[in-house]
Amino acid sequence: MSTGAGAATAGGGRRCDGGGAGAGVVANRVRRGFYLDSVALMRISASLSGSEGVETVSLMIGTPSNVVILDEAGLLTEAGRAAGPDDLVLAVRAESEEALAAALDTAEARLDGAAEGPRSRGAAARFPGIRAACEALPGANLAIVSVPGPFAAREARRALAAGLNVLVFSDNVPVEEEVALKREARARGLALMGPDCGTAIVAGTPLAFANRVRRGAIGVVAASGTGLQELSVLVHRGGGGLSHGIGVGGRDLGDDVGGLGTFMALDALEADPDTRHVVIVSKPPGPRTEAALLARLADCPKPVTLCLVGRDGGALPPNAALVPTLRDAARRALGSGPSGGDPAGPAVGPAVGPAVGPHGKTGAAPPPPLAPSLFAPPRPGRIVGLFSGGTLCAEGQAILRRAGLAVASNAPVPGAAPLPAPSGNPHRPAAPSEPPPLPPAGHVFLDLGADEYTAGRPHPMIEPAMRSGALAGTLADPTVAVVVLDVVLGTGSHPDPAASVVEVLGAAAPDRPPVVASVCGTELDPQDYDAQRRTLERAGVLVAGSNADAVEAAIRIAAPGAGTGLEPEEEERSR
Amino acid sequence: MKDLLAGPVRVVNVGLEQFASDLRAAGVEVAEVEWSPPAADPDALALADRLEAAAGAAGDRIEAANGEAVDRMLRGDPVLVDVLPAGEAVPGMRDRLLLHAGPPVEWSRMCGPMRGAAAGAAVLEGWARDLDEAEALAAGGGLDFAPNHHHDAVGPMTGIITRGMPVMVVENRTFGNRAYCTVNEGLGKVMRFGGNDAEVRGRLRWIAEVLGPALGAALRSGGGVPLKGIVARGLAAGDEMHQRNVACTGLLLRELAPALARSVEDREALAAILAFIAGNDQFFLNVAMALGKAVADPARGVAGSSLVTAMSRNGTDFGIRLSGTGDRWFVAPVEMPRGLYFPGFTEADANPDMGDSTIVETVGLGGFAMAAAPAVAGFVGAGSAAEAAGHTRRMYEITLARNSEWTIPALDFAGVPTGIDARRVVASGIAPTINTGIAHREPGVGQVGAGVVRAPMDCFAKALAGLAEGLE
Repeated sequence: MSTGAGAATAGGGRRCDGGGAGAGVVANRVRRGFYLDSVALMRISASLSGSEGVETVSLMIGTPSNVVILDEAGLLTEAGRAAGPDDLVLAVRAESEEALAAALDTAEARLDGAAEGPRSRGAAARFPGIRAACEALPGANLAIVSVPGPFAAREARRALAAGLNVLVFSDNVPVEEEVALKREARARGLALMGPDCGTAIVAGTPLAFANRVRRGAIGVVAASGTGLQELSVLVHRGGGGLSHGIGVGGRDLGDDVGGLGTFMALDALEADPDTRHVVIVSKPPGPRTEAALLARLADCPKPVTLCLVGRDGGALPPNAALVPTLRDAARRALGSGPSGGDPAGPAVGPAVGPAVGPHGKTGAAPPPPLAPSLFAPPRPGRIVGLFSGGTLCAEGQAILRRAGLAVASNAPVPGAAPLPAPSGNPHRPAAPSEPPPLPPAGHVFLDLGADEYTAGRPHPMIEPAMRSGALAGTLADPTVAVVVLDVVLGTGSHPDPAASVVEVLGAAAPDRPPVVASVCGTELDPQDYDAQRRTLERAGVLVAGSNADAVEAAIRIAAPGAGTGLEPEEEERSR
Repeated sequence: MKDLLAGPVRVVNVGLEQFASDLRAAGVEVAEVEWSPPAADPDALALADRLEAAAGAAGDRIEAANGEAVDRMLRGDPVLVDVLPAGEAVPGMRDRLLLHAGPPVEWSRMCGPMRGAAAGAAVLEGWARDLDEAEALAAGGGLDFAPNHHHDAVGPMTGIITRGMPVMVVENRTFGNRAYCTVNEGLGKVMRFGGNDAEVRGRLRWIAEVLGPALGAALRSGGGVPLKGIVARGLAAGDEMHQRNVACTGLLLRELAPALARSVEDREALAAILAFIAGNDQFFLNVAMALGKAVADPARGVAGSSLVTAMSRNGTDFGIRLSGTGDRWFVAPVEMPRGLYFPGFTEADANPDMGDSTIVETVGLGGFAMAAAPAVAGFVGAGSAAEAAGHTRRMYEITLARNSEWTIPALDFAGVPTGIDARRVVASGIAPTINTGIAHREPGVGQVGAGVVRAPMDCFAKALAGLAEGLE
């Protein structure tokens, strides 16, 4: 008998007895003048029945009908039969006297504990649907939808119906659904970002996978994830800030969607008093959409910088300029950004560090084309890029193409060769240690965040170790001259992505090819840009200030004869 | 979009929890949606979405029809006016007719308890000398069966009503319609759970000969007992009117006792009547059911409305009716309740879900008012008050209105979720939560537990398809 139970029933009598009825032993205890709701009693009974050596536990108030029930179940002894309607009967059938007594004690302890109730849980309330969530959060203005693709359009539609702007993070949303959703959003005057929108920064709030950057005057419309991330960190590290970064999804400027999201975002940024310069980051648009976009831009009263990764040249309205890389987009935007520069003015903004040395060793002006930390002796051979960010992989390929170098990729930009699907089942998830198959020769840029590598396992931004096998294999490949990596920071990303790179390098042979990396992040990010950079540099990684710089550095190492592909005057200017 | 850019951003997160916690860490207000893949099949889902989002004339018509239907439900004024033999009160009641719970079901498909109750009732009525003869009579087509719902009536569990049984009469004074339900027999071995032995029949005889007439006389002498206020006070006192009727039973007894004292001359009979009601915490359940039927019926027949006007089970099928599809039943196989069992019984003994008592959920009580009755939340799992509130909150997602006269103190006096919209059930994947007793699968044993059961999604999908036919 538990002392706690005894104390709690002081003043109330209790009788015990034991007896045999059928298999096992049966005993009753009675608590006089004790009432507890029958549901609570049944819950205690159910939780104790079937425990070690205990067959049945039943706690019932001793009303005549309950006494009959206990009797018919073979659970009644003389003590229980004598109970009244104001008494509680504890009835147990067990295999042994010890189990019997233990079960009765436990039941009594539970009775005394019942009044304490459940401890309050700190977890925030969750709501059964969008309607209820909106009711609980007055002024809700944005839904983030990240449910599996086949269900995402439904949830987005329900959010729009509830008057919310929507960010669709989910991928695998059919293109016709995308068009329908964007039309509906437009009709309601709401934003529909995505689908497959990995990043957005709205009114200073980083959404999904995004970096912490300061607020400023540069408004960005970007197709999807890492393009916006890279641009935003370069703007931040260059001293500027973002008004808003709106993700419209990778298909938006294709002719199927026709730029519905981009046009809405342009309208909004045009009307937004904080935005003084607009940057558009995308794959090359579809031909019809490109024509419509250029016509639209001509009406825009604000300067616009276009970075259509993989597209060079083309007629542009006077207020717009096309730049080849995200780095150049950041520079141009900063040049006409918060400091009020001339939109058509210098392409080099203040201190977008990458092309200049980041470590103070570059005191002499003009800055050298490469920071000392990016120096590595020429080592002719092939370049292998292992990217977690899709746009960064595309930007790298475009830079190689402009330098006149052939490149193959699982996610090729125009002019790059498609990589044959991995042998065997392309969707079979490889073990993390297993390198993705590389073709035997030629420059190769892999987007490791693409579907064929992420089926059944996390995206490399969430789990950078999934890149470790590929990196180790590449470092051991004698045909490889240099490896290019991206290390993506920010909310949503792994807390220490540099660590897995360093681990692989530590195990590599001394004559391994050099590794050039860029770190997409800021000092405000939870992972801290400076700390991640130092970690990589200590392990011998050449850390460039931007993805474009990293790829260009790799070209200088592996193909020193190739140009950068920039126009001669631009190249001049960048020096 | 302009408002969004003006900030601050306030987020409803549907999906990855990580995004919500990142945003909270950044100081952003977030409400998280508990998302799970939709339960209905893709075609039904698409139809529900279409009917829910329907713009223009079709959409306006459904919205207007639902507004009218739920308004009728909310305007009801149920009053318990009488207790009369079913043969006198229930329209269409006749010799050798047995009314039963749920949608139509023939003898060959009836579950054990319903057969047991039917046999017991046949003996009680004198149509057969014993239970064997009664079963043979029924199997040979010598007895007629019809759903209670086809006769303005409802009955708990097996729901058997025959002409000799007294029924409680609830009049909806706003619309003038009446609804009927038997008198609750108490706990233990009772006919509503399939009990049919001499003891069960003896109690039913006493109800017919002593209790029924006394209650009828008392009610007639006092002009009836308005029920809306009793339910409102019951909600405040922890009842949800399906599994818990303790408070309402006491409140009703308080109303009836003086009139009973005047109308029953025999003091022993009076004492027995008062003790019978006082000793049966579920006495008010049958009153609440007649109330539900009386309040739901005027909402029937509004063309185009997707409002659910009846949910009911016969132990074999679960059936629902929509306002806009007339008297058609949309059925699917019943599910097994999940719950707690009396000593000596387990799930293996349980009969599938049964009874007309789901009429109380149809009008916003029972599982829908779970937040008012934390004491019964134990039947659904962890049993905290917060969890009870969660059940009610989920029902707001599938209902058209809140009843401002029936409020829940624990939810800051929010009205109970009222008027199930079949479109929202299918679209949200949230099935109505029903509190229920559990019968033994064999006839004659009685109640073995209590728990919670969900209405099958298929009923609602079929009903929407039926509604859509009518709209085209």
